[in-house]
This record gives sequence, structure tokens and C-alpha cells, in this order.
Amino acid sequence: MLQEYDVIVVGGGHAGCEAALASAKLGSSTLLVTMNMGTIAQMSCNPAMGGVAKGQIVREIDALGGGSGYITDVSAIQFKMLNLSKGPAMWSPRAQSDRLRFAEEWRLLLEKTDNVDFWQDMVDGLIIEEGELKGVTTAMGMKIYSKAVVLTNGTFLNGLIHLGEKNFKGGRTGERASYGITEQLEGLGFESGRMKTGTPPRVDGRSLDYSKMEEQPGDDNPQKFSYRSTTQPLKEQRSCYITYTNNKTHEILRTGFDRSPMFNGAIKSVGPRYCPSIEDKINRFAERERHQIFAEPEGWNTIEIYVNGFSTSLPEDVQLEAMKTIPGFENVKMFRPGYAIEYDYFPPTQLSHSLETKLVENLFFAGQINGTTGYEEAASQGLIAGVNAHLKINGKDPFILSRSDAYIGVLIDDLITKGTKEPYRMFTSRAEFRILLRQDNADIRLTEMGNKIGLASNDQLEAVQKKLSRTKAIKRVLEKHSVSPEDVNPFLESIKSSPIKQKVKAQSVLLRPNITLNELMETSPELKEKILVAAENNEEAIQQAEIQIKYAGYISREQDNALKLNKLENVKIPADITYESFSSLSAEAVEKMNKIRPTTLGQASRISGVSPSDISVLMVYLGN
Amino acid sequence: MQFENQDDTICALSTAQGTGAIAIVRISGSKALEIAASISKKGPDAYVPNKSIFARIFKNDELLDETVITYFKNPSSFTGEDVIEIACHGSVYIQKELLKLLVQKGCRMANPGEFSFRAFLNKKMDLSQTEAIADLISSDSAASHRVAMNQMRGGFSEEIRELRQELLNFASLIELELDFSQEDVEFADRTALVELITKIDNRIRKLINSFQLGNVLKDGVPVAIIGPPNAGKSTLLNAILNEDKAIVSDIAGTTRDSIEDVINIGGVNFRFIDTAGIRKTKDVVENLGIQRSYDHIKKARIILYLMDLDSKTVSIEKLTERIASFRADSVHDDQELIPVFNKIDLNQNVSKEELSKLGIVISAKNKSGVNQLIEKLTKSVSLSDSDNIIVSNVRHFDVLNKSQQALEKVSFGLDNEIPGDLLAMDIREALDYLGEITGEVSNDELLGNIFGNFCIGK
Repeated sequence: MLQEYDVIVVGGGHAGCEAALASAKLGSSTLLVTMNMGTIAQMSCNPAMGGVAKGQIVREIDALGGGSGYITDVSAIQFKMLNLSKGPAMWSPRAQSDRLRFAEEWRLLLEKTDNVDFWQDMVDGLIIEEGELKGVTTAMGMKIYSKAVVLTNGTFLNGLIHLGEKNFKGGRTGERASYGITEQLEGLGFESGRMKTGTPPRVDGRSLDYSKMEEQPGDDNPQKFSYRSTTQPLKEQRSCYITYTNNKTHEILRTGFDRSPMFNGAIKSVGPRYCPSIEDKINRFAERERHQIFAEPEGWNTIEIYVNGFSTSLPEDVQLEAMKTIPGFENVKMFRPGYAIEYDYFPPTQLSHSLETKLVENLFFAGQINGTTGYEEAASQGLIAGVNAHLKINGKDPFILSRSDAYIGVLIDDLITKGTKEPYRMFTSRAEFRILLRQDNADIRLTEMGNKIGLASNDQLEAVQKKLSRTKAIKRVLEKHSVSPEDVNPFLESIKSSPIKQKVKAQSVLLRPNITLNELMETSPELKEKILVAAENNEEAIQQAEIQIKYAGYISREQDNALKLNKLENVKIPADITYESFSSLSAEAVEKMNKIRPTTLGQASRISGVSPSDISVLMVYLGN
Repeated sequence: MQFENQDDTICALSTAQGTGAIAIVRISGSKALEIAASISKKGPDAYVPNKSIFARIFKNDELLDETVITYFKNPSSFTGEDVIEIACHGSVYIQKELLKLLVQKGCRMANPGEFSFRAFLNKKMDLSQTEAIADLISSDSAASHRVAMNQMRGGFSEEIRELRQELLNFASLIELELDFSQEDVEFADRTALVELITKIDNRIRKLINSFQLGNVLKDGVPVAIIGPPNAGKSTLLNAILNEDKAIVSDIAGTTRDSIEDVINIGGVNFRFIDTAGIRKTKDVVENLGIQRSYDHIKKARIILYLMDLDSKTVSIEKLTERIASFRADSVHDDQELIPVFNKIDLNQNVSKEELSKLGIVISAKNKSGVNQLIEKLTKSVSLSDSDNIIVSNVRHFDVLNKSQQALEKVSFGLDNEIPGDLLAMDIREALDYLGEITGEVSNDELLGNIFGNFCIGK
């Protein structure tokens, strides 16, 4: 009934939306199959995008030409740049989103993208003829043909929801689970596993007393996620509120432990250590007398509130009673209880860097099916899988980002090289080149690459080129222009920095700690004028120049380190290598290498169990 | 995991370790000629490919040695790079000082097999030879690791591990405040961090100084000869030394002070310390000597515990018991205890066969069994230190210096209150270098530490 497509994307979450958008924008006819068209781009957990490391990923997606940055901007109700007191590598954008608008904006964006079709149905299998992937089968009994398939099933594969002693099948609360795919893939030789995640209760904002909580407003001068000029910073914002649990709360929660699926053995799979449930927190860290709770609005107009910090699968009556002991929550009315969900995933070591499976050609995985957690992690994988599905069926080389290119590169390399035993979340500490992977330069790092493959628009590319030339011009001003003692000394003395004795280059003053370019500009109208002219009044360029000058030492050291790593990355390992024939490799190394089949020496060196001497051995064989 | 880069200039001792008539130190890499010129006060022009020239080598303007230097220009050299070979005098001191000087001038100590490896990379060897090299590299890495671990004797390794663990905890705290700043977490106390960095820095400085050839190698491996009065300690020492330096008499308590003698056995210097006999006495002077004997036991690497068999009452059981109690009271884990039974010529009651299961049986007077003892000494050193003692030490010296430089950056950052992410970068560098001595560091290690110790997560 339906036409044959180039790419079928299964699932309409963050990964699925980015995958469909990318493959369609590159020119592939794309079908998005989702079980419910009303829940496209549904934020299943917290109504927020970004955060530390995650915000950087959203900026990277935007720089490459993906949709998440734009969608976040147009649906945000609050913006904060986190970690501003730290170095620029830590500055992380985070937005509170209007949950309904976020989903609507994604759907509208996909609707107006050429080459995207939709079909509401449950995919229950793949069509594989003579070992070749031909498309998907659905619960309605349809066969839909395509050249490539991207699976982004989220928590839906054999999803099992736990709430106290109850459990029921489902992919999200109130939604059906999906069946058939895991079993078929296992039959094809895939290894699968179970993971667990959880979500907190949603409550009625009218029942809360905010006067007992601490208000957490957005930034005074909000920025935004997208580098594009199609979105604007927020003019109005909504606040979140902070409150705390106490010993009474913990006492009540403990009364439910014997009915908790976490403690009575009903849940066997692994949940994320960094996103523990409230029962897990009070159990593991019994000495702590309180835990932080954020009351986060779910949108501009809705009264629904997300109780961040209170993820739980305890019985609903215990959840409610415990919440009532929290200041501000004394009269709380609950809309939906928190719950835990177990779902199937496929250890991502079964993928190559393009996110194509090693076992079935033209089959790609993205998102929680790969054992990750988080909207941003999922979205970025979706983008990469969508791009590579298109490139693959057109006989082109895959698009792969390195660990020094992007957090997305770190994410995928970690997944396919090390695998993951718990839901994988990005942290800045996972990136060895953190200083290079900043939110202020994702466009400089990635837009040219995104433009080359046809995803980032020419407008985006031009904007980056402008930013670069302006930055260069500002840096030249700072190198050439001298500031005089009369101009800068009053300011230097005011911040207890030693005064200058004679005229010096502006740059040398800027290099001192605790001095910003904006402050320096204010000391000399002439310097300010020159910089504003060089910047063509562009704030972003001024900030970029400042970062490049102030952190030059660290940045160049990190670039040297990255170059060193890239040497190993450039040594390719032939696909048909037989590790058993190397008598000097350790048995463990042979086993691990056979499992992961690394494509470069660099990747091999990151496999746990592979020692430096194993790498030396390989290097000798591959050296010439 | 770190893999050494292949662009830098490397150096190593090419001849066998230990004292010899001459020794050859080889340098390979783009800076080989420049470095040779800088230590020899001869300009690069003085070096002609494939010609040997006489050159004096200076360290801080002091003459270190008179040497013969040969220059091989790339690609006509063993490695295919510029190679300098310095034939110096064979003393262990000169070899070590020369290597240290080269490291100071920008060389890196070569890893095992690295010269051959470079030769392969530069196509100086064909593929059929490479398997052998691959074997060599993997076996040597394991061996050198063991050597490295054993090298850090006197608890250095353990101590560095502990200090590094403390630093790792701090690194984790800093990562915690970076990655989880939005959550209700504790923050790294900068004052405590400054204290820790100072502590580690002081320790590393001491280690660097201790490796400045002062103690261990120049003076030799300390061997204490311990035993009751008149057990024949001095006679034994003389038998080994083959000369009469210690006063030998039959009156118990003659040796009231300690006497040291250095003897080179199989290329390794042993520093024998003959101590006053240990017994209960009221003689003030003798007690001072006994006290010093105990001090010597503490410093020794090897303890020769000498017992004499010149008594009708000795039995295997009693001797076994004596050795066990001495071991429990006076011997540390990192010391080697060698029980030695003297005066076998005067005793027929105990079986020599049973005794030799407990230790070495000798007659110092007749010099029987002394060779066995010497063999045992050689073996005990090569087991723990292997042949690489000098190179490994300089490599440690190299890594310790780098650790110290990284720590200086951390201190500087702390003084100037730089942001946590930049501080973290400097701390990671220090952790990496310290990790080269004790094991290795990875990002997973940091995160594991965070998850293990802190309550995080909304």
C-alpha cells in the first residue's frame, strides 16, 4: 500500500525526530513510523533540555544542522547558562521547556520538511530477504519496504512499568509497549539486555505553597541554544522552585521499602547511578538529612508541576504521603505517580561508528536502544544515524565525529568501544579534550562539516565564517592596540591587580586572571570603539575572541594532546585482521578485539583489557 | 592509556648494565646531534657522519667524562633517524649521570625495544624480523613494569599510590563540582588541596633528590650482616671481601662499631655493613654499637642473619624458631632475609642437608659455602631489580620530574584561583604522570570514584 522508502525511522522520540529530519534534509525519502502520532517528540521525563555536557551536545546538533536547538529555543519557558563562574568549557546552556509546545514544534518542523512521511503503527519486525534488510513489518500486518531502517525504540521494547508491587506492560505510562523486534534480532544473533530508568510524580501546581520554597528564576540576560538567527532569546520566563526533603520524608519513604520493586527483587536490571531514585538515595546515603527537590513548571500555562529529584517506584500512597512532609508540598495533589520502567537494549558494542549494526547491513540504532539515557544523547545519535543511513544507501563514506571534534564523537566512541552496563549519560569528564569542546565554539567546530554533507545550511556556514573573521579582527586589535597607565590603572587598582608602569598591549592586560574584555573595553573609549568596529557590534565574536586569548595556553596544550591521539586514530586496522595470528597479543586482548573489531589503533587503545604492549604489537604490524 | 609519541629524541644505555671498561649510550631522533653538541661544547659541525671524535662531556660546566662520540646521519643509521653513540667510561655513576644529563637536555628515556621499533617504522628492518620484535616488546613491557614496581622500594610505590589516590579524590571532587554543579553536592576545599599538593610536591622532590644518584646506586645495595657476638660476622665479611678490613678476634664483642665495605659482584655494588653483635649487655659503649646494629637492619636491603653452630645445644627446631622470631621482630616486607649458618666445620650434630633447607651453610674460616652465598646475593638482587636498574631509575627520574612540573602548574593555578575545569586539566596531567609510576588513570576511574563516594543525581 505504501511506497518504497529510502529510509524508515522507527520511533518518534528525540532520536527518531532527528534521524528523520537528517535523512530527509539530505534528500532521502523518509518514513517516520510511530505508534502514536499524538506523542511525537514527547518528553517522557523532565521538561528541560541541556545542562552540563548535555547543553554542549544540543549546541553541536544545532551546529551540524539538526533540529533540537531550534525546537528548544521556540518552546523554552526559562533559560540558564550554568557554571558561569567556571571556565568557558563548563558553561552549559539549559532550558526549561513547555512540554506540549516542544512536541508540537517538532511535529510542525517535520511536517514542513520535504521528504518526510508519517505512518501510525507498531513495527513488529524487520523484512530480511536472503540476508538483506528490505524494510519493516507492522502490527497491522503491513510490509513497508525501504533501503535502510533506523530503530529508535526508546523504552518501548518489552517495556515493563513498576509501581510499588504492581507492574504492567507499557512503553510509557498510559502507552502500549512494543513487541517482536527484540526476539527477531536475537534470532539474527544480536545480544540484548535489560535496563531500568525511572521518573518522579507530577503534581498540581495550585496545591503547592511557593512561599515556603526558594525561587529559582532564569538568567537576567538569557541566551539561546541555536546559532541561527531564526530564534530569539526569551523576553519573559517562568521560575522553578527549590525545596528539600527531611527526616520525616525519609521515614515515610522507608515504610514502603518492603513493597518497593527496587528492594524486593522485582527489578533486576541496572539503573543509572547518577540519576538514583529517592529511595535509592536515602538507602545508600543514610547519613544525609535532606535531599534537594525542584518544582519545575511543565509549560507556560499549565498548572502541572514536575517534581525533579523525587524519582521513585514506591507505591503511590507512600509517594503522596512522603511528598506531604516536604515544605510547600503539605497539601499536594498528585496527577500521576512516579514509576520505574524496564526495557530491552542492545549492547552498543554491536555497532560501528556510523551507528550501523555490524550484523545487519543498512540497519541503524539510535537512542535508549543503545543503552543511553537523556534526550540530548538520543537526539545526537538520531542525527548521526539518519545522516549515515542516507550516506550508506548512496554508497558514500560514513560521517564520523572524533573525540576531539565533539561530545557526540565521545558519546558514540565510548558506546561502541566500551559498551555500557548502566544507562549512559554524558559528563564533561568523559571528554579528554573538554577544553576544546565548548558550547561557544560548536559552530566553529562542526558547521563546516555539517554543511559539507548537506545538513547545515549555507546561511549557517556564512554566519560561522563571519564570526571567525570578526573574532580575528578583534584579536588583532587587542594585539596591536596599546593601553596607557592613565586609562587602565584606576580599574586595575580597583580589582587589586598591579598597575602598569608604561603603555602595554591590551592583550597582555586581558591575559591577567579575573579581567574580562568587557571591563577592559570600558577603560578606554578608543579601544572600545575599535573593538566594536572589528566585531561589527556582534557580542558572540567579542566573547569568542576573549576566550581564545584568555585560555590560549590551555587550548593549545589540549590541541597538542588531541594531535597525539589523532596519530593513533589515523592508523587504520584492516577489517579482515586475524588477531589469533599474533602470538604476542594477550589472550584477553584477542578476545576483546574480536568482539569490538576496532577500526583504528586509537579505538583499540581505549578498549578495556587491551594494554599498551598489545598496542605496540599491533603498531609494529601496521606501522608501515 | 598513554602511548609515547614517536617524534621525540630518545636515549638509553646500549651496553650491558653495570660496571665495565666502557659503556655506550645511544641517542636517536631529530635532536640527537643538537643535544650531543650541547653537552660536549663542540658545535654540530665538529660531527662528521660515521666518524668518531674525542669529546669531553660537561655537566653544569664540570667535566663529567672524556668520551668518544660517533655520529650516524639519517637515514644511514640503525634506527633510520639521526643517531649519536657516546662511548663513555664504564662506571655506573658516569652512565647514570650521562643519561640524566641527556634527559635534562630534552631526551626521553627509551622504552624497551624502542630503538628496534623505530628501525622498523623507518623501514630499516623487513617484516620477517618484526615478529621477534613484537615478542620482545610485549615481554619487555611486562618485565619493565615489574622492575618499575620493584624499583620503588622502601615503600615509595605504595606511598605514591596513596598520595595519588588522595589527589584522585580531589580530582573527583573537582569533577563533581563541574559535572554536578546543579545538584546538591559538596565542593572541593581549595585550602586542603593546596596542602595536599604541597605534601605531594615535597615527597616527589625528596624522591627526585634521592634518585640524584646519592643513595642507592652509588653506595651500592645495603647488606647488613647481623648475628650474636662471635658468630663470625667479621670473618664472613673478610671471606667475601677477601681482605682483612674488620678486626677479627675471638673475644666476643670486638666489633663495637659498624664497618662498611663496597664490593662489586656481577656488576652490582653491594655495600656490606658489619655490625656489632647483638646481645644483652650493660657495657654502655657496646650498647651504643648494638643500637646502631638495629638501625642498620632498618636501612638494609638484604639481611644476612648469621648463626653459629659451634654449640652442642643447637637443633633444627631451635634454629627454625630463632629465624622466625627474628623475621617477625626485625625484618620488613621489602627486605630479604638470608639465614647463614657458620662454623659447620665445628658441628656434626645437625645435618647439613636439613640446614641448607633453612639457609646457606658455610664455614667462614675455611671459606666453604661462601660462593653459594655470593650466588644467592646476586640472585636476590637480579630477582627484584633485574638488569634494568639504572635505566629504570632514570626513567623514574624523568617521570618524577614531569610529575613535579605538572604539580607546579596545579599550585600556580590554585594560587591564581583559576576555574575548576582548567585546574582539573592540570591535575589530570599530574595524575597521569604519577600513574605512570603506579598504574594508570582513566576517565572511568574518576567517574567510578565519584559514583562510589558521593550522593548525586536529582
